Amino acid sequence: MGKLLLATIAVILAPVIGGLVAGLDRKCTAWLQSRVGPPILQPFYDVFKLLGKSPMMMNPWQILTVWVYLVSSMLTVFLFFLGSDLLLMFFVLTIGAVFFVMGALSTQSPYAQVGAQRELVTMLTYEPLIILVFVSIAMVTGSFKVSEVFTYGKPLLYQLPLMFVVLGYALTIKLRKSPFDISACHHAHQEIVRGVLTEYSGPQLALIEIAHWYDVVFVLGLCALFWATSFWGCAILLVVTYFAELVIDNVTARMTYKWMLKTVWGWGLALSVLNLLWLYAG
Amino acid sequence: MLKDWINKGRLKSPWIVHFDCGSCNGCDIEVLACLTPIYDVERFGIINIGDPKHADVLLVTGTVNHRNKHVLKNIYDQMPSPKAVIAMGACGLSGGVFREAYNVVGGVDKVIPVDVYVRGCPPKPEAIIDGVVHALGKVKAALEAAG
Ligand code: SF4
Repeated sequence: MGKLLLATIAVILAPVIGGLVAGLDRKCTAWLQSRVGPPILQPFYDVFKLLGKSPMMMNPWQILTVWVYLVSSMLTVFLFFLGSDLLLMFFVLTIGAVFFVMGALSTQSPYAQVGAQRELVTMLTYEPLIILVFVSIAMVTGSFKVSEVFTYGKPLLYQLPLMFVVLGYALTIKLRKSPFDISACHHAHQEIVRGVLTEYSGPQLALIEIAHWYDVVFVLGLCALFWATSFWGCAILLVVTYFAELVIDNVTARMTYKWMLKTVWGWGLALSVLNLLWLYAG
Repeated sequence: MLKDWINKGRLKSPWIVHFDCGSCNGCDIEVLACLTPIYDVERFGIINIGDPKHADVLLVTGTVNHRNKHVLKNIYDQMPSPKAVIAMGACGLSGGVFREAYNVVGGVDKVIPVDVYVRGCPPKPEAIIDGVVHALGKVKAALEAAG
């Protein structure tokens, strides 16, 4: 019962936290570029404005896909705080991502089509890595359940430091940060406009933004698993990780999808194998 | 209450799509200057977004001619309402030095309704930011009139 309550509260609070993180993100980015930057609450203004715009969709599919994406993102956060199975969360996350791409594919716009193809490649890149991370967590703790990872006595970071780097790759891709923002870049006006997001507008775009906030919370939750034993350790880990993401976002330019596939799979697999070997030897 | 928040959002996050109707690039450079750290329009929530479907404000530079007026109209129609249009520079206002040319239509307002005119050849970045603020003032007045 307590867990159910916690999970419900988490689902209600997650967009607030995700929005604040997005606001801090933009503020820090501006700071790194020696600008003043928008107010911290800017993402909320944006979303409320989008909610108030007149709906304009290409086909009814788009409404369905957006809602499925949002609900699946909410469900991952819910399952995470319920202490449920990591693999289950992975499948729910994937369903959301697939529907999101389907919405873009259902339109005629070449920009959305290109963006959708790239988003599919992106998913192909990060999903095996996330699975590897989950499997290695299960190898250490003996269970895929989040609740049991939290009761495991030591921080996982000691035993899986390289897996955390691998998760960092997946995080950068999932949060659509450079150099991996090839499917929906904020700054690629000339090339693919907004990629997968091109054909979504108004309220639908707002829902996608909210779903993205849920994703941010979920992914940060995954990072938190690596230092679940102490509150401060966990907080420091999250802040340092997110700040590192921001710096990487700001100092790198966008790359091609082939480069992404090669680098991320190459490094991700190498690091995973090293870490697992070390785990066995040690 | 939700309506209050939506109205607040409308005033605080005008996303701009910038369309160049064949300008000499003078106006466009000034628009880009607004995004640099000196002026930093993102402070006011203004983002130069590339997609008309996400935009709230259409910023038009350059002379409208018989060829690109269809494109201009198309972009305007793709923006979900509420939306505003800002015409920029002497060319956007009337055709500027090119107004006598045989292919030039005249100002942007010959094709789509314009809310704010920003004068200059090219206008200073301050004037452009001022134009956006004026457009927001109009939005605010409209919101208040609507209750
Ligand atoms: S108004 Fe002046 S600067 Fe702007 S496009 Fe026309 S000629 Fe160029």
